[in-house]
Parts: sequence; C-alpha cells; structure tokens
Amino acid sequence: MKNSFNILWLQSGGCGGCSISVLNAEQPDFYTNLHLNNINMLWHPSISEASAGEFISLLQSIEEGNIKLDALCLEGSLMRGPNGTGRFHMLGGTGRSMSEVVKSLSQIARYTIAIGSCAAFGGITMSGSNPGEACGLQYEGKYAGGLLDKNWLSPAKLPVINIAGCPTHPSWVIETIVQLAMGDLTFSGLDSYNRPRSYTDHLVHHGCPRNEYYEFKASAEQPSEQGCMMEHMGCLGTQARADCNTRLWNGEGSCLRGGYACINCTAPEFEEPGHSFTKTPKIAGIPMGLPIDMPKAWFVALASLSKAATPKRLKVNATSDHIRISPGAKNKEEDNK
Amino acid sequence: MNSNSPTRRVLGPFNRVEGDLEVHVEVEQGLITKAWVNSPLFRGFEQILHGKDPLDSLVYTPRICGICSVSQSVAAAQALAEIQGLQPCSNGQIATNLILAAENLADHLTHFYLFFMPDFARETYANRDWFNKISERFKAQTGKAARQVLPARAAFLHLTGILAGKWPHSLAIQPGGTTRPIETQEKIRLATTISTFRHFLQDVVFGCELEQITALQTIDELNTWQLDHPNSDFAYFLTLAADLKLSEIGCASNSFMSYGAYNEGTQQLFKSGIWQQHYQTLNPEQIKEDISHSWLSGQSEAKHPYQGSTIPNADESSGYSWCKAPRLNQQVVEVGAIARQMVHGHKLIHELVSQSGANVQNRIIARLLEIALVVPAMENWVKKLHVKEAFCITTEMPDNAQGAGMIEAARGSLGHWVQIKNGRILNYQIIAPTTWNFSPRDGQDQPGALELALQGTYVGSDENASVIIQHIIRSFDPCMVCTVH
Repeated sequence: MKNSFNILWLQSGGCGGCSISVLNAEQPDFYTNLHLNNINMLWHPSISEASAGEFISLLQSIEEGNIKLDALCLEGSLMRGPNGTGRFHMLGGTGRSMSEVVKSLSQIARYTIAIGSCAAFGGITMSGSNPGEACGLQYEGKYAGGLLDKNWLSPAKLPVINIAGCPTHPSWVIETIVQLAMGDLTFSGLDSYNRPRSYTDHLVHHGCPRNEYYEFKASAEQPSEQGCMMEHMGCLGTQARADCNTRLWNGEGSCLRGGYACINCTAPEFEEPGHSFTKTPKIAGIPMGLPIDMPKAWFVALASLSKAATPKRLKVNATSDHIRISPGAKNKEEDNK
Repeated sequence: MNSNSPTRRVLGPFNRVEGDLEVHVEVEQGLITKAWVNSPLFRGFEQILHGKDPLDSLVYTPRICGICSVSQSVAAAQALAEIQGLQPCSNGQIATNLILAAENLADHLTHFYLFFMPDFARETYANRDWFNKISERFKAQTGKAARQVLPARAAFLHLTGILAGKWPHSLAIQPGGTTRPIETQEKIRLATTISTFRHFLQDVVFGCELEQITALQTIDELNTWQLDHPNSDFAYFLTLAADLKLSEIGCASNSFMSYGAYNEGTQQLFKSGIWQQHYQTLNPEQIKEDISHSWLSGQSEAKHPYQGSTIPNADESSGYSWCKAPRLNQQVVEVGAIARQMVHGHKLIHELVSQSGANVQNRIIARLLEIALVVPAMENWVKKLHVKEAFCITTEMPDNAQGAGMIEAARGSLGHWVQIKNGRILNYQIIAPTTWNFSPRDGQDQPGALELALQGTYVGSDENASVIIQHIIRSFDPCMVCTVH
C-alpha cells in the first residue's frame, strides 16, 4: 500500500487475548478498519499468511532497513527467565529470545506500542512469585524501566505507548494506532503511565448502571445481586481509569454490567491487589481504596448520610438477583404479580 | 551432502496457531521419519496460583488463554464447585453452556476462516482448478470471506456481552452459576443473536438449513449434499480436500477422548468417554503426566495431576519442550471436535474415521459439523431460561479439600485439578487440549499425537516449512498458550 503506516505485531508472554479482542471490533471490523485507515499489517501472528521461513525473511528485511517499520506492537510480557537468559520464550525457528528480537526492533520502529497490560507493565504473567521473570516493555509493575530503560524514547521521540487492559478494548487499540498514523498522538495525549488519555481520562465508574446503588451505598453481598459492588465485592470502578461503561464491550457488556467487580485491569500491578479480587478489604468496616480523588472523611460522612437515606426499593433490590421493587411502586413488591 | 541421508530441519515460528510453536523434523528421501514438537513459551501459571485464594483462580485461569478463556473459567468453576459440593442452579448452568458454546463456536469459525483456509490461497496452489475462487475468498487478510465472518462472529459474541460482561476474560462464571441474571428483554436479545448467527451459517458456511448438515449420516449422503450445495464454504473445502487428498495426511493414534460437553441436568449434550476401536467409559484416574522429555524436573515417573508438580529446568538435557506429556492409561489419545463426535457416536464421523482415520480432512469436517449441532442446542437452552429465578447460588469454601473440573474446550479436553489447604491453593494442575495433542515423547519414547501425525508425511525437498506440514499442524487447531500455561 502506498504511503501506508506499517505495523508489525508480535506476541510474547501473554495469552493472545488482546489479538482475539481486537478481532471483536465492529462497525467496521478490524480488517476494514486497517484498510480504511491505510494501515498495513506487515505481519500478525494470528492473521498473516507468512509462516516460519517466510516470516524470518521478513524480520530480516525489517532489521536491515529494507522495509519501513512505523510501529512495533507487542502483546504479552517479556520473559526474562530463567536467570535472565530469556529462554522461557525463544522465537521459534530463530534460536533468538523474543526479548532480544523486541529490543532490536524497538530501536528501528518509529513507535513502540504495548498492547495490553502484560506488554505494558508485566501484567498477569508477573503474578505470584513471577516465575517467568516477566516484565513490561518500559515498566516493571509500577516502576518505570522494563525491557527498555525508563528514559528510552522511540525514534519518533515517544516512550512506549501503553494500551493497557486485560484484555485491551478493540477500539482503544485501533484508535491509538490511527492517532499515530495521523501524527495526532503526542506526549500530552498520554497519562502518567503513558496510557492513551483517549480512554484513561475516564473512570470505569462513569456510566455504571449501578450508580444509584452507589449513591445510596446499597450494596450487593453475593454474586448475581443487583447492588453496588464497591463495599463488599471488591469493585475498583471508582479508581480504575478506563471508559468501559461508556464505550462498552461485545455490544452491550462491561465487567460491571456482567455482574462482577472491576479489577482495575488497566493499572500496573492489578494482578496482585494484596487481597482476594472479589472481596473488598476493610478497616473498621470502611472499605480501603476509596474513590480516586475524594477526601476520606468526606466519603465516610456522605456514605453514612446516604446510607441513612436509602430508599427501601434500593435496599431490597441491592441484595436481590432480580428487581423486586420497581421505581415509583411505593415500596410494593411487584414481582409476585 | 547425500540427499538420501536424513536431514534435520527446524521449522518455526508457526503462525495462525494460538501462541508459539516450533517443530523439528527428520527428513529422509523427502519423507518425515521423526518429528519433535516444541512449545517454546513458559509462563508458570501453576506456580502463580500456589497460595492464592481459591476463588481468585477465576481471575487468573481465564488469562491463561485469550481464545479459550471461558473454557478455563468453566473448568476452574467446576473444580471449585466440586470442592464446595455445589450444583449450579438451572439458569446458571444454562447460561454457562451458552457462554461456553459462544466461545467454542466462535473459535471453530476463527479457525476455519482465519487460521486454516488461508493456506489454500497460497501461490503453491495457483495451478489448481479451485484456486481462483479459494484465493478470492480466503486469502489471508484480503479475502472476501473474512469481511463476512468477522462481523458475524463479533455479532454472535454479543451473547457474551449480555451474559458474561465481555469476552475474553470474564468473571461471570462462578461455581454456583453466573453473575448476570437476565430479564425477558435480554432473553429476547439472546434468542435473536443466536438466530442471526444461524442465518449467517446457513447463508455462507453451509448454504442450507443446519438440520440438513446434522442429518448427514454417511459419506454417500455427504457427497450428494456437496453436489447439491456447491456454493458454500463447506463445499469449497470438501472439493479442495478431495483434490489434495487431505484425508491421506495427518493421521495420529486414532484413539480419542472426550470429557463430555455441555451439562444438561444429569446428561450431557456430547457424552464423555474414550474411543479405541470401540466405546469405553473414561476413568480419570488413568490420566498421568510424564515429564521425561520436558524442560521440567522434580518428577521421576508419570503422575496423576493431583500428585503432579511443575518445576521448570531449562537445562534438563533430555527435554525439548516446556510441554508435559499427558497419557491415558499410558496411551496417546487425540482430543478435539473429532474426538467428541467419535466418543458421542455421530454416524458420519464414525464412517469417515473408519474409512480414513482422523486426518486433516476429517478434523475439519467434525469441527464444522459441531457448529451445526450446537447452534440448535443453544436455541433450546435459551428457551429454558426462567428469567425470574436465580442464576447463582453460593456457599462457603472449605479450608481443606480437592476437586477437579473436566470440560470440553473448542480444541478438546481441558482439566483443572485443584487442592486447597488452610483456605489457600496448595496445588493447581492444568492439562489443556493441546497438551494432549502436541505433547512431546513420554518415558516409553511414544511420540505425541502431532508427532505421530507428521511421521510418514511426504514433504519433498522444500527447505521452508512445507505447506503440507502446515495443513497437518493447523488441522488440530492448536492453542499453544494453553498447552504450557
């Protein structure tokens, strides 16, 4: 394609779920999206024809500078183990560790993009004892500096662009790549963890259909109940930076709409919350980890006020698996009609 | 070098498989005499899970794999249900089936259109009668079929948006059911989503009613159907499969296993068991994992997963893969859609396998047949949802117990074996479908299923990966990220 924006997509220590998520893109589909925006996928592990030797030749041409590489997309964390050798992930057929290949290509590509939280920060693969010695491209958890140095900039003078999420949303990926292709993404378009602000200027809480329960602190206690999941069920939607409840997933979904807690998967170290994911840790009955920028005393004061004012409708519905009392029903249970 | 002496070739990386794969083959006079399959990525989920809250496995295990994510959730939830002594409520069971079926069928479709068929649009086949048509429809990234399939697949997966929040990586599937109770309006949308998918399948994939496909019982009937429906993607495949004799390549052990799929009360839509010349019931105690040819240590003999461990050792000199070698009663079994239909007893698949074995052609037929079999089942399940009733029940987690979740993912049998002690995960062992199919050799030096399937294949002098090898590999729809996890 003439003057196309060339991208190469590689996978390392991850699950491939971000690629699978990208294939969920709609109106238009992923391929049409690329085509309309003049983006040329030089190679992608799930969709390209070239395999084995054909791919190795392509890689060689890119490394020798015969094919222009605009963006390197990496999905999955870098596997540095065992003992720093990188042997937990060798690129098949090459005898090279994937970490080495990625490092080499990142010096050539105008932009380097981390697709998903594993490539950005290490993610799930870094959990527990981090048996694979995994890290992200330019972060190791919350700490700057991963495979690439914390001060590293790509040839186009941007750090690694972290399209974090587990998985990442198809539109986050497509819109970020298109912004880069148009030359519209600058340093000010990235947040403090170098995630695109196009989706991290929002909170998962925004657009949560359980907002009324949240306002009155009417809380769910068990899976499938209707109430707010912050108090007991581990929901981090008021802290998590992403637009999941305004953009939506697979048509009309989101974690909260699916009835389970937001686990803040766009954040570094989400994989080790220090407590069980679906149980809110509390001190003296007050949840730890309050909304992102709200003074604690105010939160506690407002919460106790709103709890005192909770309508019966919300109190009952919060711990029910279906709506028992409809709005305006004057507290009459309607489900038995 | 004398062209008659055996040469060893290293082939990789193979794409259009999920995850990383390298294959070594020994070629003598153009024939593969031996093959070694290497899964070159190790992440260590079994270590990661050690010491965690048992319920947190519902967060971690789906993230083993982005394409079998729900399958991992369902296996984990079933293991926990056994630990808790829970039987999911009816709605929860049906919703779980629907979410799992959505993933499995979407995976079958992705495999056929994006992973498998593009190899027949390669220039290698430019002189074939069918080439222009196949190239126009299936060429990687530019073929017209993908422009129909991607929107249809995405629309079908709205089912997961309704019932599971999102796909992949949902937390909706719980030991006692699912977290999303639906109302009448969602039930209607589910039914509409499934029937929209049915119409896509009937228009594009099969060119006829699904029931005409599921009713096919003999090879003669299949041949007649093909003549009557030449302009469907299934018929295009059958035409090129006959021309390229895809029924003559890629045969493995012809022993099959299925854990049984889609619980319906006390029954299953596809029953569990093994098929080795005849049907036998499955004894899970006979499942053992061997690490004699893996880069793992700490286990001198094959062990049942409850006794198993996973200790990586990149310097293990007898190893050539991060994958373990699971065996059933010390034997190599094949898993996947073809195994499910052999075990369940679908007549067409039985006739095909008794004629030519489990091979490249028959694996693909079984997968497409399964799409046609499961969609009508999904339509029935939706009707059985009672929207005013419970979707999830809960109970306490015991401090010390063990349980197994044995289910069928798109690619075959998936098992989770979980032991908890003092309220924490003590040992978590996983055997994924491709662990069975792409295992290395075992302690008796028996090759795994793909290694067997490659042996005896004629590849000529092609120094690159012969396209034949690629057909064989991809006919299994391997998922390498699940394999080693």
